[in-house]
Amino acid sequence: MRRAIAPLFALVILVLPFTGLLSDYWVALFDYIGIASLVAIGLVLLTGVGGMTSFGQAAFVGFGAYATAVVTIDTGLSPWLSLPVSVAVTGIAALLIGAITVRLSGHYLPLGTIAWGISFYYLFGNISWLGAHDGMSGIPPLHIGSHALIAPEEFFVVVWIVVVIAVVATQNLLRGRMGRAVRALRQGVHAAEAFGVYTPSTKLKVFVYAAMLAGVAGWLYAHFQRSVSPGPFGIIPGTEYLLMAVLGGAGRVYGAILGATAIIVLRDQLQSVLPLIVGSAGNYEIIVFGAILVLILRLASDGIWPILFGPQAAPRTVAPPPDAAPPQRPRPAADAVLVEADAVRKEFGGLVAVNDVSFAVPAGRIVGLIGPNGAGKSTTFNLVTGVLPLTAGRISFEGRPLSHHRPQQMAALGLGRTFQHAEIVPDMSVIENVALGAHLRGHAGMMRAMAGLDRAEETVLLDIARQQLARVGLSDVATVPAGSLALGQLRLVEVARALALDPILVLLDEPAAGLRVGEKKALAKLLRELRAEGISILLVEHDMDFVMNLADHLVVLDFGTKIAEGRAGDVKNDPKVIEAYLGGVA
Amino acid sequence: MSGTILKVRDLHVAYGRVEVVHGVSLEMTQGALITVIGANGAGKTTLLNAIVGLLPASGTVELAGEAMTARPLESRVRAGLSLVPERRELFADMSVEDNLLLGGFRRPARERGESLDDIFARFPRLHERRAQLAGTLSGGERQMLAMGRALMARPKLLMLDEPSLGLAPLIVRDVFHILTELRAAGVSILLVEQNARAALQIADYAYVMELGEITAQGRPDEIARDQRLIESYLGFGRNEY
Amino acid sequence: MLNLSRAFHQPALVQPDGCQKRLSGSERRGQATVDSTIFLFLLQDGIINGAVYALAAIALVLIFAVTRVIFVPQGEFVAFTALTIAALENGKLPPTVWLLLALGCLAALSEIAQYRAEMTLKRLARIAAFDIVLPLIFIAIATVVAPMKLGEAVYILLAVVLIIPMGPMIYRIAFEPIAHSSVLVLLMVAFGVHFSLTGLGLVFFGPEGIGTAALSSQSFSLGALVITGQSVAVVATTVIFLALFALFFGRSLLGKALRACSSNRIGARLVGIPTSIAGQVSFGIAAFMGAISGVLVGPLMTVYYDSGFLIGLKAFVAAILGGLLSYPLAVVASLAVGFAEALFSFWASAFKEVLVFALIVPVLLWRSFTSPEGHD
Repeated sequence: MRRAIAPLFALVILVLPFTGLLSDYWVALFDYIGIASLVAIGLVLLTGVGGMTSFGQAAFVGFGAYATAVVTIDTGLSPWLSLPVSVAVTGIAALLIGAITVRLSGHYLPLGTIAWGISFYYLFGNISWLGAHDGMSGIPPLHIGSHALIAPEEFFVVVWIVVVIAVVATQNLLRGRMGRAVRALRQGVHAAEAFGVYTPSTKLKVFVYAAMLAGVAGWLYAHFQRSVSPGPFGIIPGTEYLLMAVLGGAGRVYGAILGATAIIVLRDQLQSVLPLIVGSAGNYEIIVFGAILVLILRLASDGIWPILFGPQAAPRTVAPPPDAAPPQRPRPAADAVLVEADAVRKEFGGLVAVNDVSFAVPAGRIVGLIGPNGAGKSTTFNLVTGVLPLTAGRISFEGRPLSHHRPQQMAALGLGRTFQHAEIVPDMSVIENVALGAHLRGHAGMMRAMAGLDRAEETVLLDIARQQLARVGLSDVATVPAGSLALGQLRLVEVARALALDPILVLLDEPAAGLRVGEKKALAKLLRELRAEGISILLVEHDMDFVMNLADHLVVLDFGTKIAEGRAGDVKNDPKVIEAYLGGVA
Repeated sequence: MSGTILKVRDLHVAYGRVEVVHGVSLEMTQGALITVIGANGAGKTTLLNAIVGLLPASGTVELAGEAMTARPLESRVRAGLSLVPERRELFADMSVEDNLLLGGFRRPARERGESLDDIFARFPRLHERRAQLAGTLSGGERQMLAMGRALMARPKLLMLDEPSLGLAPLIVRDVFHILTELRAAGVSILLVEQNARAALQIADYAYVMELGEITAQGRPDEIARDQRLIESYLGFGRNEY
Repeated sequence: MLNLSRAFHQPALVQPDGCQKRLSGSERRGQATVDSTIFLFLLQDGIINGAVYALAAIALVLIFAVTRVIFVPQGEFVAFTALTIAALENGKLPPTVWLLLALGCLAALSEIAQYRAEMTLKRLARIAAFDIVLPLIFIAIATVVAPMKLGEAVYILLAVVLIIPMGPMIYRIAFEPIAHSSVLVLLMVAFGVHFSLTGLGLVFFGPEGIGTAALSSQSFSLGALVITGQSVAVVATTVIFLALFALFFGRSLLGKALRACSSNRIGARLVGIPTSIAGQVSFGIAAFMGAISGVLVGPLMTVYYDSGFLIGLKAFVAAILGGLLSYPLAVVASLAVGFAEALFSFWASAFKEVLVFALIVPVLLWRSFTSPEGHD
């Protein structure tokens, strides 16, 4: 059924404009819709999926349009040959702009896009060889042989073929490991980084991809309009593109086309109706646009596509060929010291959060890190995982000292972890969330994914995810969105994700919190199995029954300092520990 | 004098789809010091936040016979509920005195002056530091300021969330001493604590909370002797995992 | 008509750069270096520009601090005020009154829709009084006063009074219902509000640009430098209002309560400061500051219905330079932006806007690395 959609759509594109069902006027309108859809698809990926809101996308349309205008007018190059030029110019511009932009944090990022969006508008309007405010005209049309594609219905075919290619490539991209990484980044970088995703470079790739789509749109625009001027590349058109992506449904590729259609048709209608009401010509449709933007964000911030067509479907898993599974990481020898923290120290400002704490995690053992609220357990945890840099001290892994270790390196070394506050992607299916854990076990890059050449590898990664989900007993919820699970189930999803990495060490941050007794028993059983397989476990836990029964060795922290260490039975009779937990006598 | 000051019935609180407080009911009389103890993650903070109106909840909350349930936070504060939150939530870039004055935001200007004098009398340390920025205070002083700010509203019920958290033992003793003084002065206090021993020593009545439910209640000396409490804290437990 | 995206209508803004008036074109182009006289001219221009931006910038900082809204349309208050004064100077009923009534009706509808479950008669009466009756009273007053041509002071007073209520109304229409959304959503809504206000500005004020009478027609010389009374008025007014602003936030309980909202939102709620009122008050103050800016820039430039956008954006550059949290820094940054603008318009006038806006990107980058404030 789904497979039939693409050819059917292709047929519609090739036939529809010539049937006479649509007037020339509407065909031309749909040409513009197609061009805008390309920009909006890029924004869906950038904003809806990647969480980077760009008000400046119109500037990249400008780069594409001006590039082809300059090349074709000045050198007489065929427009088909200037397409690579447009894409390259836009890509290079995006690489430079993006290198700065993707490093902006929080709301500084959209503010940055506003700033350069405005700057480029004024730049286009003030460079004399770009025609300044008047722009450039006399851009040649596209040709096939000697036939010029000037008629809207002929251009329609070109535009919508490009749109279909963009849709297919973007969908392919989103389905694969890169896509999962990008989708994970939107929720926050911690989970993605803990499984080997490098945030700035991943964001930059998405940024450049979205800009290139806008560049292609600019190329199409220039050869359809046959002239360019700065007007359509400013911040207001940029905001309109954003509105299209948000209206359609941020994060949904087809939503971009829906949003572009809605906005362009609406604007067209408003432009013919509003002056009749108001009595004079002007940009009155902008009042309605503003109101729509406000209303959408007040009422349906997910856009209209999900309302009409429901949430995104999970990918299907098929059994991979038997020999396809990637090799397992070699396990360290039993009782060799896997992780050693040597007098690690962390200060925030002048405050000492972790005070020269030392401990070791031997291979194939469960070590519990306990202490009352505020004792510095989570900070210690973050020091080991590389989320926080050390103030002083040393952490070594399999005997090798790690100085400036990053979470991604720890993931590559075989450290899988969970988070105290479940860091999952709520609108992604459970199985894809788990597959994020196997990120480093695949290698397909962006181009391979777009071309759909990563299918074999994807089959393997999803099968790993399926196996690990079965292991934690969540097979039956594999295809539901992770956000619909209960807290206890989310903890297990995180455990499964950590296991999908093929870890030799698993760090669990309060895995039992929110679990019912039965679930805790199942988790304890699983952790013992892992230990038996030679996997080491470092556990931060508040549930004392749970940790006392399970851990081979306990490290007790209080006020950032290690106050006791040893076997469970000894530690719980230690008066210092009792005082730390039950409180001093008032 | 001994009317019911707070009545909570069947309170359910959820974060999104995940319910963390499952039908808690409690009641306290005017002028009493009640404590809710329990391990981390038991839902104590959530309970307090729901009572004061920071979190939406189902169930009923009554303050001195007045229904609070449908009222927004600021209206509950005006009615006499005051919370000293776990994270203190002071105005760090404002002076100690301004922090206190804002605590009396809902009181008439004249009363505010009087209350300020009262607070400075009770917390001489805050008087010394009245011009200092709240963000520069020590942990203990911050806790005092948070309590002082809450008292400036002249609340009918003062609720404290883990006042001992992150404080050195000597300071904890000071804080608890002040609580007993306030109780003696007739302030009704609802104290949520992880530091069970200290809380039980000064409370009139205690509730034990585990996994979002009240699992035990009674006089503090009874609770303190209850082996189950010790178990739930230190894991001598009956649960074999 | 079938334009892919309607032109970003070039706001034909005559910048308040007296430099162009005072120096002939040949002089400007002939000199590659800035001698001390030109420097002083540029400095004066920069200070005047900067003073206007400063008023808008601290309004932006205030609104962001209290409500987390990055209020893109702040400049609209500026333009609408100048246009109102211009209408009054011509003895016409300013269209502002109809805009006020329209916003009032929207605000009333919005509040009734949001709180329909808990609507009381008292609250309905308050809505009617503030949103409907008050604008109607203003319409009556303006209708009577406008043809009488009572003089500049009355025009200014009336214009400011008409603009101030728009602040709280806009807050209630667009932002209060989504007050807990992310900064990003609030920013996008702010853009939506900007679009709508610009469109409404066109409907109510029409496309013509207009200037207002100078606050002072005097001027005096200081060495080679000619200082106009207008520039003195701009700087003096700005200084006075900055002082009032500081006094309000330093001394009054209401001012402290607003600071408390920005210092610690939960803390502010816990002491019973109503966030909705705080939001409305901050928007009211912002509208007031915008109106004062409008009074100051009216005589300096030709104001169009959409002239506010660029003023607002430059104030916004200054506010960002100040990290969106420090008032003194925002003022200093405003002066820097004003001076940079004067300098750029002398050196590379075509690329003035490019450079002013490009200025912000490295600052954002630096902020991203040094402060966690950008995180939501």
